[in-house]
Amino acid sequence: MTSERMLAMKDAIAEATVQAMEDDPGVFVMGVGVDDVNGIFGTTKLPFERFGKEGRVFDTPLSEPTLTGMGVGAAMLGMRPILVHARCDFLLETMDQIVNHAAKWSYMSGGALRTPLVIRAVIGRGWGQAAQHSQSLQATFAHFPGLQVVMPADAYGAKGLLLSALRGNQPVVYLEHRWLHNMQAPVPEGRYAVPIGKGDVVRSGKDLTIVAVSHMVVEAKKAAATLASEGIEATVIDLRSIRPWDADLVCGSVSETGRLLVADTGGTSFGVSAEIVATVAERAWGKLKAAPARIGLPDCPTPCAPNLEAAFYPGPEAIVAAAHRLVSSAVSAPSHASEGSEDKPFNGHF
Amino acid sequence: MDMTRELRWFRSMVLIRKAEEAVIAQYKAQDKIFAAKQVPEHTIKCPTHLSIGQEAAAVGLCDALTPTDLLVSSHRSHAHYLAKGGSLMAMMAELFGRVTGCSKGKGGSMHLVDASVGMMGSSAIVGGSLPLAVGFGLTFKMRGERRVSVACFGDAAVEQGVFHESMHFASLHKLPVIFFCENNGFATLSPISSRQHVPIHTRAASYVMPSAFVDGNDIVAVSKAAWEAAERARSGQGPTLIECETYRWMGHVGADSDAGTGPRTVELFEQWKRRCPVEEGRRILYGRGVPDADIAAVEQVVTEELAAALAYAKASPAPRTEEMFDDI
Repeated sequence: MTSERMLAMKDAIAEATVQAMEDDPGVFVMGVGVDDVNGIFGTTKLPFERFGKEGRVFDTPLSEPTLTGMGVGAAMLGMRPILVHARCDFLLETMDQIVNHAAKWSYMSGGALRTPLVIRAVIGRGWGQAAQHSQSLQATFAHFPGLQVVMPADAYGAKGLLLSALRGNQPVVYLEHRWLHNMQAPVPEGRYAVPIGKGDVVRSGKDLTIVAVSHMVVEAKKAAATLASEGIEATVIDLRSIRPWDADLVCGSVSETGRLLVADTGGTSFGVSAEIVATVAERAWGKLKAAPARIGLPDCPTPCAPNLEAAFYPGPEAIVAAAHRLVSSAVSAPSHASEGSEDKPFNGHF
Repeated sequence: MDMTRELRWFRSMVLIRKAEEAVIAQYKAQDKIFAAKQVPEHTIKCPTHLSIGQEAAAVGLCDALTPTDLLVSSHRSHAHYLAKGGSLMAMMAELFGRVTGCSKGKGGSMHLVDASVGMMGSSAIVGGSLPLAVGFGLTFKMRGERRVSVACFGDAAVEQGVFHESMHFASLHKLPVIFFCENNGFATLSPISSRQHVPIHTRAASYVMPSAFVDGNDIVAVSKAAWEAAERARSGQGPTLIECETYRWMGHVGADSDAGTGPRTVELFEQWKRRCPVEEGRRILYGRGVPDADIAAVEQVVTEELAAALAYAKASPAPRTEEMFDDI
């Protein structure tokens, strides 16, 4: 434990990229600004320093649809393109190539041609980035068979998921939250894979299961600590993969705790949280002690003004409040906190 | 130009023509059975966009390509698939929805693929496959391979953003790509005059790219333009835009003619029919003194191949339901 190396998530992404490029000459990085001094939050700086001269890390025109299609074509020939977007919102420009081409070419060709490109995109949040620079679109992409969608919540997951994505045979949408880039975690120096489709139990508790995604894992851990101080023990699952997602792990945990809370960085309506709650209801209905809860973004484009933005994003307080409701709605009577006052400190955007 | 090459052209055009006529015949036959409230034993149940009348463009293009050169196409891809050397048996099986089809029955007419000869599939989204061809070109350049990548598309693809992005990127990086546009003058029933006011081949100038404007029913002209573009690509001089002016005889989709519908007048159809690529190919052979018997022999071989392909398709099994989730 003591000698574990700590690495920021941005550096873990850079390291995974470099190691993949060392291992496979087919791996290359393209995207707007991947070779500039900032290197996409520092994630492409090291790859550019190492492989820029070989033309394996290169800047592109702002032609998102065509860049995706180029990645599809290159991937078909055995290349391993990593397409990088500084914002997730830009992926909406290239939905046709992602959904109609990348996701379907293998199926339409009876498996003759595979298209394993990796599309990295950054979820912006904060500093008034407003409606077109902050979206968290995992549910959108997870809707489509043929795509895999992953969302690392820490540096360890980030490196392992990227290496897995670069060894798989399907296109992967890799969504990274801007607020996680500088957070550090122990990361092995060598190559390792974090399997796509598997979640990770980051904390175990008997009273409820909190399934969290991306940055909401950080918030869920804070919430779980608060809850623990109140005597409520939460299991926190870092989902890591959105499609496929680890339904066995989640349903198994909920079968034990009887309570489910999903915390997502995206919207609740028609979102990842809706899918998880629905699946758990189908598969573990008899185990539920309370109606599941969802924490996510409200039905509103992201506002700019600091006070509105603060109200827009739910934090640990919202998770704690929802956990209180879940626990207190159990068959047994609420054991603590006077009703009416418990929501007060946590009324956030609700 | 040797005889072998001209016979090859003719053979390829006849194959495309007869294969598509067989599709029409199949549709007509099964429609008759359906009309009698019976169920036909074998059916083609997928939208087919026929290339009859446009054969010279596909064959002239593929004359300049080798099996290691890669091609992607559009919804109207039968001709490209066959001209590139795709398996006729696998194509017919695909149209009949059989597991022996080139896409295991999962793609249908609009998604024909035969990677063994460089036919890398086709997109039913207009313009959608152009970026894929640029991706092939990028790969060839990165690997230092002297191969050519081709995107085949129709006139309407020029109205899509990815056409311009793809032309731009391919030119910026001097990629070995041929942008091959068959301008048949119509998007379904919309004439090009209501959709475009800039001649397609002149678009290339915006991207500092050479272009050619040819009679798409003149196989000699198409082939010449294709060879020049392929040479340019192989020698590292970058992409070319080729615009072929041509005409589809049939409706946008399906087995019926739409001659006489709106701007697709009977006169226009008759005018283009007089310039039938297959008959022009026959005239070229006559001009070279090829005896009737040799030409008839080629046609006979194609007829036999087609009969065998149809029999193969009809005898092949359908995909099993449990195979539905394979190949995602």
